[in-house]
Amino acid sequence: MNVHEYQAKDLMREFNIAVLKGGVANTPAEAVEVAKKLGGNIWVVKAQIHAGGRGKGGGVKLARSLDEVEKLSKEILGMQLVTHQTGPEGKKVLKVLVEQGCDIDHEYYCGIVLDRSVGKICMMVSTEGGMEIEKVAHETPEKIVKCHVDAATGFTAAHGRKLGYALGLKGETLKKAMAFFDGLYKLYVSKDCSIAEINPLVTTKQGEVLALDGKLNFDDNALFRHPEIEAMRDITEESAQELEAGKYGLSYISLDGNIGCLVNGAGLAMATLDILKLHGGSPANFLDVGGGATKETVQKAFTIILQDTNVKAILVNIFGGIMKCDIIANGVVDAAKELGVKVPLVVRLEGTNVSLGKKILAESGLKITPANDLADAAKKAVEAAKGGK
Amino acid sequence: MAILINRNTRLITIGITGKQGTFHTLQSRDYGTNVVGGVTPGKGGTVHEGIPVFDTTYEAVLETKANAAMIFVPPPAAADAIIECIDAELPLIICITEGIPVGDMIKVKAALKGSKSRLIGPNCPGVITPGECKIGIMPGHIHMPGNVGVISRSGTLTYEAVYQLTQREIGQSTCVGIGGDPVNGTNFIDCLEMFQKDPDTKAVIMIGEIGGTAETDAARWIKANMTKPVVSFIAGAAAPKGKRMGHAGAIISGEDDSAEAKFKILQECGITIARSPAELGQKIAEVLKK
Repeated sequence: MNVHEYQAKDLMREFNIAVLKGGVANTPAEAVEVAKKLGGNIWVVKAQIHAGGRGKGGGVKLARSLDEVEKLSKEILGMQLVTHQTGPEGKKVLKVLVEQGCDIDHEYYCGIVLDRSVGKICMMVSTEGGMEIEKVAHETPEKIVKCHVDAATGFTAAHGRKLGYALGLKGETLKKAMAFFDGLYKLYVSKDCSIAEINPLVTTKQGEVLALDGKLNFDDNALFRHPEIEAMRDITEESAQELEAGKYGLSYISLDGNIGCLVNGAGLAMATLDILKLHGGSPANFLDVGGGATKETVQKAFTIILQDTNVKAILVNIFGGIMKCDIIANGVVDAAKELGVKVPLVVRLEGTNVSLGKKILAESGLKITPANDLADAAKKAVEAAKGGK
Repeated sequence: MAILINRNTRLITIGITGKQGTFHTLQSRDYGTNVVGGVTPGKGGTVHEGIPVFDTTYEAVLETKANAAMIFVPPPAAADAIIECIDAELPLIICITEGIPVGDMIKVKAALKGSKSRLIGPNCPGVITPGECKIGIMPGHIHMPGNVGVISRSGTLTYEAVYQLTQREIGQSTCVGIGGDPVNGTNFIDCLEMFQKDPDTKAVIMIGEIGGTAETDAARWIKANMTKPVVSFIAGAAAPKGKRMGHAGAIISGEDDSAEAKFKILQECGITIARSPAELGQKIAEVLKK
């Protein structure tokens, strides 16, 4: 799960991680109020959307007067902000963060992720602040310094020193940076983050160490123990279908093709998309009905797939292990009848009670194209989406 | 022979009295697995479906001489159940549970180090040595005994591969689901090493996914150490970047963990790749003929 920058910064404050003073606003008037309260004579107005690259897209502006805060907030609020992460349609800005300005001395990068290859948390820093870190990793990997943190020791002063010195920091600034890293690690672990990224991390002319930006992602599997994080969810940032699917234990991701897919198991679902592409087709979605699909979940899955008006055919690919093919077949038939499915339906069933399942489909009176195996299913679905023969 | 489990495996189920725990324990027992006990705190001393139940894993191991555990505990308590098995010095722990927080698994990973236990999973279908022992949720009847080892990060896709083999009357030595999570107990290399040493295994199918470097690390290991042929498929060639495809681990974060990049490295390391998941059976048949 993602949160906005202003929410991430609120969490950072809880862990004594230095951030600039600021406040969130929904309207230009509110933005002016926030700026007044902050005082000073320079402010930054930042669009709050779940995507990076906001500055380049025109979503981050500097204001030198309260009038300018109002004017810029008016421009940014409601705009369709396009960045390299939003796709060409962009995202509508509904909130801005108004922050005080600061005298930047130097920009750095600091991030925490899981290193899957060793099963440990990895903190990394770079002197190349403000840059896309993947690019730095690719072009100048020596400019990234990492440390792996063992679960038994946690983050220690030694880790902090290594990273601080790697950035060339000294004296009081070094101490502040070490405290910053320590706080960020504590935040990452205690809130079950999956990514914490501070880009840029800055030192100011006054010797402060601050998070100028902040991105936090959270492990969905750990949200059960963090209701305070769940409460930060912004549903306007998430796909309505994906949310709806999640309620029924379905894992759904919308794609841009025209063949709707209904599969059991994530691996087989991915493989189904792959084989459709290999046969020249284009999948409209990823949909894993999970291991415990019932008639109701199958019906819900069809409803969600059919909401996508691009869908020209549906491929059902079920490998019934514990899940029995006859139950799935009944679910498919009922859903197709009740929802009045108009697009061609290609069904491939395999596994437990397969002959019974096939019989149910054949006797349903519906126009269902049965498929014998995975390749056959893909071919038939691709043909059906093209208008068939 | 096979790997990990066989006729001599003595299984206990952790979370045996739950719905899933009960169902799959009975399925495994029907297949021929020697189920010697189960654990549910608070239900110690009772008998569930003819199987003795204990309050703690420690007690269960002491009483039953179990040498393997299958875990069906819900996500919030699953990591704790694994740690209890490590403490009981069980040589083999198979965790089926899906949805364990990564933070919990990082601690489990640290606890496994230097312990007497091997963990398979979590978020996996389990392990089966056809004709001898099944521990997990896979449908037993699609398997047949034979000489192909199967290792996979996914459940139903493994069934698909196994089914293709059985259709061609190519049996399996052991099938291992290592799980779809970013932090797991046993990786591809661990399994490949066991299959390489196993005289009953003549070839191996490795089914990977997008995300992470487990498959490419395995490919380099195969090139340096493996004499038996390996056939591999990577799921997720059609997946967009940055979208988690069902499994917590299946997400492309950089160029290096896309399906295309993985296929390329696998091929460079001398592995026979199946571009289509429908070709796995055929490719194995080909390498076995050579």
